[in-house]
Amino acid sequence: MSAQDEQRELRIVGFLCNWCSYGGADTAGVARFIQPTDLRIIRVPCSGRIDPLFIVRALLNGADGVLVSGCHPRDCHYAEGNFYARRRLEMLKRFLPITGIDERRFEYTWVSASEGQRWQHVVTEFTRRIHELGPAPFFNPVSEEEWAKLALDGAARGASCACHG
Amino acid sequence: MRIGVFICHCGSNIAGTVDCESVVEIAAGFPEVVYATDSMYTCSEPGQEGIITAIHEHNLDGVVVASCSPRMHEPTFRRAVERAGLNRYMFEMANIREHVSWIGKDKAHNTNKAADLVLMAVEKLRRNRPLVAKSFTTVKKVLVIGGGVAGIQAALDCADGGLDVVMVERDQSIGGKMAKLDKTFPTIDCSSCVLGPKMVDIAQHEKISLYACSEVESVSGYVGNFSVTIRRRATYVDWTKCTGCGVCTEKCPSKRSPDPFNEFLGTTTSINIPFPQAIPKKAAINPDTCMKLQKGKCGICAKVCPVGCIDYEQQDELVTVEVGAIVVATGYDLFDWHKYPQYGEGRYPDVITSLQYERLLSASGPTGGHIKRPSDGKEPKNVVFIQCVGSRDRSVDRPYCSGFCCMYTAKQAILTKDHIPDSQSFVFYMDIRAPGKGYDEFTRRAMEEYGAQYVRGRVAMIYPHGDQLIVRGADTLAGTQVEVPADLVVLATGVEASQGAVKLGETLRVVPDQFGFFVESHPKLKPVETNTAGVYLAGACQGPKDIPTSVGQGSAAAAKALGLLSKEQLESDPAVSKVNVNRCVGCQKCIDTCPFGAIKAVTDRMGRLKAEVIETVCQGCGICTVTCPQGAIQLEHFTDNQILAEVNALCPPKMNNVSFE
Repeated sequence: MSAQDEQRELRIVGFLCNWCSYGGADTAGVARFIQPTDLRIIRVPCSGRIDPLFIVRALLNGADGVLVSGCHPRDCHYAEGNFYARRRLEMLKRFLPITGIDERRFEYTWVSASEGQRWQHVVTEFTRRIHELGPAPFFNPVSEEEWAKLALDGAARGASCACHG
Repeated sequence: MRIGVFICHCGSNIAGTVDCESVVEIAAGFPEVVYATDSMYTCSEPGQEGIITAIHEHNLDGVVVASCSPRMHEPTFRRAVERAGLNRYMFEMANIREHVSWIGKDKAHNTNKAADLVLMAVEKLRRNRPLVAKSFTTVKKVLVIGGGVAGIQAALDCADGGLDVVMVERDQSIGGKMAKLDKTFPTIDCSSCVLGPKMVDIAQHEKISLYACSEVESVSGYVGNFSVTIRRRATYVDWTKCTGCGVCTEKCPSKRSPDPFNEFLGTTTSINIPFPQAIPKKAAINPDTCMKLQKGKCGICAKVCPVGCIDYEQQDELVTVEVGAIVVATGYDLFDWHKYPQYGEGRYPDVITSLQYERLLSASGPTGGHIKRPSDGKEPKNVVFIQCVGSRDRSVDRPYCSGFCCMYTAKQAILTKDHIPDSQSFVFYMDIRAPGKGYDEFTRRAMEEYGAQYVRGRVAMIYPHGDQLIVRGADTLAGTQVEVPADLVVLATGVEASQGAVKLGETLRVVPDQFGFFVESHPKLKPVETNTAGVYLAGACQGPKDIPTSVGQGSAAAAKALGLLSKEQLESDPAVSKVNVNRCVGCQKCIDTCPFGAIKAVTDRMGRLKAEVIETVCQGCGICTVTCPQGAIQLEHFTDNQILAEVNALCPPKMNNVSFE
């Protein structure tokens, strides 16, 4: 990171499962493993609780990056929550480019409660990646009138609209 | 809502790199925050009193504490707000120590981040609602799966504590691996003299019912109210009548039946009682070798039985029991050493496992306690022990240490000298691991008093030479290759998970690790609990363990079960999923995905299918919430709205006028 980047924080949202990764982040803190400060962590009970739409919402709202971390596969506190998470998040990762969002702004990983050092590495690497990508492109705010016009146009096109052939 | 925010300095832990006063100022401007302050140590008694006083003075109905990790002090502060008369779920924590002050160097950035985290907590708290735990009654009965020493201890402790106990044992007798041992380290106590009385207690205890030759078929229900189906395998003997007199076993003409109790060193009769101290002391027929069952001819046992208990028509029987807690004590199996080419893969009869050697040493064993080698029955003079066969070896996917092989090898070396005074033992070892009480002294005795010769190194090959075997290996301390002529080679075979562990784990929803050992709730602080409430682990099913540790865990699991069922009613964590029946379309996807079987399908008054959460079973993972296509099932305390509120707090929506809520 250059000195200039260091001054300007980007907005990175983390979704961490309570049992493994949140604990891993705690472990990293207890061990004083210095990390970039851009990340803000939302605690959820299980990575299986993370709706891909939470991530999409964060990105639509202008987050520059979203990082998800759960228990290692087979280590899930709830037996199989991270298997569901893995499938959903992998799907999301492939789907993001279709929505026009750079999929590199989203990453998921597995960190156990004892892996403080790994957590430091994950955060540092992901933050660096996001800084390389720079701030997320700005979604043009659309006024209510424009929304209404869009909707009306769509309705007028009916079945022949571009998305539905 | 009236929210109070408390920013903790944690001495200089937080205040050193976070400007707490600024965070207080910023937080005071957050929505619905009517009071914000900071304190030196919020978790201290004056700190907690400060929260309580503020709740009363400012009429707060929600509290945010920004301090350490909620994994640390969330319960502490929940109790504090509860003491002030608030619901314990009207509280949120912002982790500004582990996630901010301890990992960031820049004070301005840290302060900014701390304020963000407080805002997140405030936004979530605004959507919290009071949750009240449900209580439910429990069945005062415990199921113990496995009748080894861990299971026996757990069953006796539970029964002595006043609970009814059902013990299920797969084999014909309880006793497990310990019943096969001759002596135990480090005291050289007679194993069956120590274990035998406990086995008798199991049989005689009025609160214990024992199902031998039985297996758990299925488990349903939840903590406090499990319903367990047990399959009782046909033994072809009516155990209600059998007195264990043993006449049938003397007369049985089919004497070539494999003898699992003696580790297949000899053979036994088709109808047999595995060993003299067997509990229950009942005969059972091996249907694979019984001439009557195989060919329809014989029937001698039925003729000689004085009480007429032989029943060739007997079928498997399914029994259902209701229990409140389950103790899993399914033990371990031995590593299959045939995977190693260097030990002969079974070509040499005088290469045996340590457990087979125990049977040779035992007075109730196939040789009557005289060490006779399998090939020609000669008394061996040179005995070579090879340690770590299937332990600490990544090449056979057994990277873990089996823990007690060093000790039993030392014991067997000592016993060899006791049995055959002019014998010489050699032990090939990697490291000697003897961390228990009196253990290291014991291994030293084997070397110093009993003259066992320890060679540090691995064995490369075993090959026959005359009527002996030559063991070729490295002596890494001397830096040479050594060849030891051996009359008998004993392999200290490592521990692996019990064969049925994975299947049983699926039945019980207890996760096995990559090696098949059941995973405990917390490696340090919850060693006998599992992720399924009401299911506890004891003994080697959780990982390799020696006898004292297994017994200790048996008692620990019993204490947990007794503690659980000592309450008249149990309280469930109210942060569980809840179904909005108006939205539920009865697709049952949540039922399929729930790892705990906590959701069931019910029919409403209109005859429509609806999901219903069994609050006491739900563990609060929220997988169902994400699965539900209707958003009908919401995990309380972590609802979509609450998590989205946190997202919005961090990334404010840019599109005005468009609400996503």
